[in-house]
Amino acid sequence: MTPMARAATTADAFNAVAEPRRRQILDALAEGERPVNDLARLLELAQPQVSKHLRVLKEVDLVAVRDEGRQRLYRLNGTPLQPIYEWVKQYERSWSERFEQLDVVLEELIEKEKTHGKDQ
Amino acid sequence: MARTSSESATVTLPADDQILITREFSAPRRLVYRAWTTPELVQRWWSGKRGEVTSAEIDLRVGGRWRYVMVANGGFEVAFHGDYREIVPDERIVTTDVFEPMPDESGVLDTVTFTERNGGTILTLHTQCPDQETRDMILASGMEAGMQEQMDALEQVAISLG
Repeated sequence: MTPMARAATTADAFNAVAEPRRRQILDALAEGERPVNDLARLLELAQPQVSKHLRVLKEVDLVAVRDEGRQRLYRLNGTPLQPIYEWVKQYERSWSERFEQLDVVLEELIEKEKTHGKDQ
Repeated sequence: MARTSSESATVTLPADDQILITREFSAPRRLVYRAWTTPELVQRWWSGKRGEVTSAEIDLRVGGRWRYVMVANGGFEVAFHGDYREIVPDERIVTTDVFEPMPDESGVLDTVTFTERNGGTILTLHTQCPDQETRDMILASGMEAGMQEQMDALEQVAISLG
């Protein structure tokens, strides 16, 4: 599988979270709904910059918005992150299998030390 | 030794061009380090379930070279090599890591750390890629491996039906 192959289906969310500031915004929203000025204060960014990032996140559905009185509240929508999560998960699995084999080797090394002492 | 159930690898992406794998082992760190740096031992775990390591060469000194060759379950050969940049015995290894079919695109820098915790060891493997595209390609390779396993499983089922 090439990067192009996966880009065809999930490029938008991938690109959106590639930006560190946007990941910070998502992290902040993971704790609950927030208005833009709240996010600006948290990230120590000017409000227009935060709004710009929010616009990108909103375009790919990672962020939803609702009006409450005079405030616009932003919240996280994790659904578009699912393919990214799955993708990393696969990589994780191939390493987990490696490490499981390593566990077996380590158990044997420990057993050997018990029988023969540390210098074996 | 009993294995704890918390031992699963976690993968995080600390930056656009990085991958960080963390895993806890129920073994003292000098043994984890030994298993990580001894050719005969590497040969036994490095391929995971993806194939068989046919060769593991390790010249464990700064400037020394390592090279691992695996015959994947599909029958094809896959080789990686690198040069050691930094070695702190039992603690830390920094090495380049090149996937031989794609030497230009795949050159990354791996930092492995071994940290003691409660008699066990926390291993971290940090991969610094030249750019995001390379990072994504490396992650995708794991995905491909996962699919390969599924295909193998499917093949087994198909054979058993035949």
